[in-house]
Amino acid sequence: MNRRDTLKALGLLAAGSAAVLANNSCDSKGNKTPALTDAADKMPGIQEFEYERTKQLYEETYFNEHEMATITVLADIIIPKDDKSPAASEVGVPEFIEFIVKDIPDHKLPMRGGLKWLDVYSLNNFKNVFINLKPEEQIAIVDEIAYPSKAKPEMAQGVNFFNRMRDLTASGFYTSKEGIADLGYVGNRPGVWTGVPPDILKEHGFLS
Amino acid sequence: MTSLQIIEDSTVYDAIVVGSGAGGGMAGYILANAGLKVLMLEAGPFFDPAKDALQLRWPYESPRRGASTTRPFGEFDAAFGGWQLEGEPYTTETGTEFDWFRARMLGGRTNHWGRISLRMGPDDFKPKDGLTDEWPFSYEEVKPFYDRVDRLVGIYGTVENLPNEPDGIFLKPPAPRLNEHYIMRGAEKSGVKVIPGRGAVLTEALPGNKDRGTCFYCGQCGRSCKVYGDFSSSSCLVIPAMKTGNLTVIDNAMVREVLTNDEGLATGVSYVNTKDLKEYSVKAKTIILGASACESARLMLNSKSKAHPGGVGNSTGLVGKYLHDSTGAGLGGFLPQLLDRKRYNEDGVGSVHVYSPWIQGNKKLDFARGYHIEYWGGMHMPSYGSHHGIQNYNNKVPRTDGMPQESGGYGAALKQDYRRFYGASVGMDGRGTAIARKENYCEIDPTKVDKFGIPILKFNYKWSNEEINQAKHMIDTFQEIMHNMGAVITSGIPGADTLYGLATPGKIIHEGGTTRMGNDPKTSVLNKWGQAHDCKNLYVVDAGPFVQQGDKNLTWTILALSMRSAEHILEQKNKLNS
Repeated sequence: MNRRDTLKALGLLAAGSAAVLANNSCDSKGNKTPALTDAADKMPGIQEFEYERTKQLYEETYFNEHEMATITVLADIIIPKDDKSPAASEVGVPEFIEFIVKDIPDHKLPMRGGLKWLDVYSLNNFKNVFINLKPEEQIAIVDEIAYPSKAKPEMAQGVNFFNRMRDLTASGFYTSKEGIADLGYVGNRPGVWTGVPPDILKEHGFLS
Repeated sequence: MTSLQIIEDSTVYDAIVVGSGAGGGMAGYILANAGLKVLMLEAGPFFDPAKDALQLRWPYESPRRGASTTRPFGEFDAAFGGWQLEGEPYTTETGTEFDWFRARMLGGRTNHWGRISLRMGPDDFKPKDGLTDEWPFSYEEVKPFYDRVDRLVGIYGTVENLPNEPDGIFLKPPAPRLNEHYIMRGAEKSGVKVIPGRGAVLTEALPGNKDRGTCFYCGQCGRSCKVYGDFSSSSCLVIPAMKTGNLTVIDNAMVREVLTNDEGLATGVSYVNTKDLKEYSVKAKTIILGASACESARLMLNSKSKAHPGGVGNSTGLVGKYLHDSTGAGLGGFLPQLLDRKRYNEDGVGSVHVYSPWIQGNKKLDFARGYHIEYWGGMHMPSYGSHHGIQNYNNKVPRTDGMPQESGGYGAALKQDYRRFYGASVGMDGRGTAIARKENYCEIDPTKVDKFGIPILKFNYKWSNEEINQAKHMIDTFQEIMHNMGAVITSGIPGADTLYGLATPGKIIHEGGTTRMGNDPKTSVLNKWGQAHDCKNLYVVDAGPFVQQGDKNLTWTILALSMRSAEHILEQKNKLNS
């Protein structure tokens, strides 16, 4: 089979038009991450138990409203909107975190406990729970737990929680459509690999 | 259930093949194409990559974003199964370790494997160091079969004329990625040769084959290929063999026992349907086991009869012995030269673009044999976890934005760091020879059964100094290569306390040796055709027959030897008929 037949087999070459390939032919429509709020139809290649698991997890709720609000504030402190891409909460990161802690239950206790730790610390220092603090007060606390290399030893629990919160935020954000575009990943579509572009080889000293 | 009925099929097939992976698939393909009536039994469901592959799915198409909760290599990986299967446990002897990966599906583990396709060399079949037993044949005897596998399945690579790393019949290899250019430069300074990879991916149309597409460079071979652009036993052997009309596949059929008659010859197998739990028995003139090294051994040990009190093929007591996996250890980090790199599509192929064969021999080293090196890195599709742990490395290079030189962080500066480090990762893994030892084995756990009532395996495997010293050599060498290419190591450098990062036995998923071949029926289970010494119409065609694997990933050798065994079956049949 030649390349043209290959792409036909893949269903990507509509009647004689190769132009489809120039576009994001494998992407779902639009520029936004589709919201997944229930189990999508069972597609080929998904095992029965996987489908059932996803369905069941959607039916469960782990975080309460207050916890979700706190997660949302933290996620947007970690990944705020800038000139290149939206903030974490705009691409569904809090909802992703709600799902993934149910899917990977090892996250549950450290997340719940960490959120509580944050509120108690906020209360002791600023007399209110984290989400009710002024932005500069929130940042003052985050500054104490966001940098493992300079954080005080007594903040270790907060640092650990924030590391996890940062990881989950990054996982949710950079697997979203907007996050992938922000990173500039341009693969996952049929193409031809002929090697590193010559100008880049030159820039890195592999081509004179 | 008040009665348990065994449903008997009166058909006598020419052959029954148990398992549909590389070994079973090839045997079924050869025999069905030669006109034999073949029945293939697969413990898992039917799987056709054209329809069932999760290739080209984006992470946001699933709420778990590619996490490995339901599949160990991520939810889009092709393998149904994993290290633990619901209701099908295994045990390990106290103080020993083994992790057993099973894929229950048509094509087995070939649907997701790395497609790295290396021939074993002359010294692997006839070792010069005397440390392990010779195979009952030489490389020269296997070479014609390797050649035919190359032509039938397709493999890219380059002719290099290296010692003990035989060349094949190659399609063009994929060009190196940017990080691989740095690897080649760094490795060269360390005296480690890096050559184009050898992979079972169609980088060009396969001459004479109209059913398979060519690679379109998505880099996702692990998800299996919808256009059959890489080798899976399902797409390239079993499904084509079904088209001959001579191969019948029954899926969800977990084989319980090989049935034998009073003379000790195999007459068929019994199996349980894993969906409705009904019991069946089917008959054939020849039984071929390709269920995977440990699963075939388990089946033989569980097939006890008057003629075979210790299990069929096990009159020596050697079934399950000489179990060996590959060694594995690795390092990872990033290349500062690739920070803030220009973006373009470098997905490439899903197998290796470059690798380092072991060509230095092992003189003056404190371990036997050697290992090859597989490399990784670059701009890949993000998935759950791919951006975790930035606090472990984002302070390891000077900042350019005036922010404090601290690890971790948040906000605009952190967002900039994720962009900055994207695609700068680089690393390498060694895959080496682990010595096949009688003392490392699987056996039937005397007290436990799985959910079908089939006695389960118990593993007993320990690494020796040969493997531990080899892992130390890997880590020392990898540190040097990373240093010479200017990379920063972020994975940590494993030391003696962790056996230098040496992977747990089984973890590399190259297990073999459990039904080894040999000319002497007292010291081997199978003869040189893969035929049981004590049951002439029983063959094993997975990695069980391996006397000793080299540092080469074993699939290509499984394919070549299964083809050879299948043709031996045909020759025997023709002799009877003439």
